[in-house]
Amino acid sequence: MKTPYLVFMLLISTQIIPAQAENNTVTTLLQTYASLGATEASAAQGKQLWRKVFLSNSEYSERSCASCHTEDLNAPGKHIKTGKSIKPMASSVNPERLSDKKKVEKWFKRNCKWTMGRECTAQEKASFLLYINN
Amino acid sequence: MKNTLAITAVIFTLAFVSLPVVWSDSDFRWGELDEYKHRSSGVAAATDPVYQEECGSCHMAYSPGLLPSSSWMKLMSGLENHFGDNAELDAETQKSVTTFLLSNSADRSDFRRSQKFSRSIENDNAPIRISETPYFRHEHDEIPERMVTGNPEVKGFSYCNACHSKAEQGLFNEHDVRIPGFGKWDD
Repeated sequence: MKTPYLVFMLLISTQIIPAQAENNTVTTLLQTYASLGATEASAAQGKQLWRKVFLSNSEYSERSCASCHTEDLNAPGKHIKTGKSIKPMASSVNPERLSDKKKVEKWFKRNCKWTMGRECTAQEKASFLLYINN
Repeated sequence: MKNTLAITAVIFTLAFVSLPVVWSDSDFRWGELDEYKHRSSGVAAATDPVYQEECGSCHMAYSPGLLPSSSWMKLMSGLENHFGDNAELDAETQKSVTTFLLSNSADRSDFRRSQKFSRSIENDNAPIRISETPYFRHEHDEIPERMVTGNPEVKGFSYCNACHSKAEQGLFNEHDVRIPGFGKWDD
């Protein structure tokens, strides 16, 4: 009983959970990431990472989140290869977003690996969540 | 006179009584014919909700009836590099999608076109690209490159629904083909 309370206090003190985050899934995930070392995550950092270009030595040598999702979270995206349309990322525009923990983790795994060539760290994931959940 | 009347009455009664039987019989036959027509027209549409979600989020949910089981098995064992993209699934989802693909694959389907795909595959040589199966190649061998790979609106042979307007329903009839920038296809 003591540990969850401590984690919660830690989250409050480091302001990882902003006051407007009412989404339970996001709250739970942020708690998990905090317990994995994400202590300095921020929406600003998420925004910066979202636009950061990573180099790959295979097809589509310059990759970023925006390659498929665009730089505007409120706008629909387009799969860079298949052209299939992707619904907007912002949960304010598309309430389906960030509502399913398993889905969030699935896409983090797939898309971090494609974009950065590795899995995202807890801190990076927390920053992305804070950025998208605005 | 009385006799004739009685016989007529009996005939009418019999005819009336047998009517539902005749009808139901004919209904049954039509039902069968309908199904035959359906099964002969293409491949089964991919309707599984997990498959639609997991695979159809990024690309057209290709019918499992477009490739034999051996192809799907190869493809599902390499999802971390799925034609250059990462399409990893958790163990449970991986199992669910694989089961759907294998139980509806071209070699297990009674749809006519699926059987053609299946028959065209040589032993131990099942490609993981639908467009590399001999049947696919044969069906597309008269189409000039400029209409598909050289056509920015189509991009390549993987984009079935760019030209086949009913691809997602499993229908690939020639008269449903509209090549962007070129129109109907007649050969």
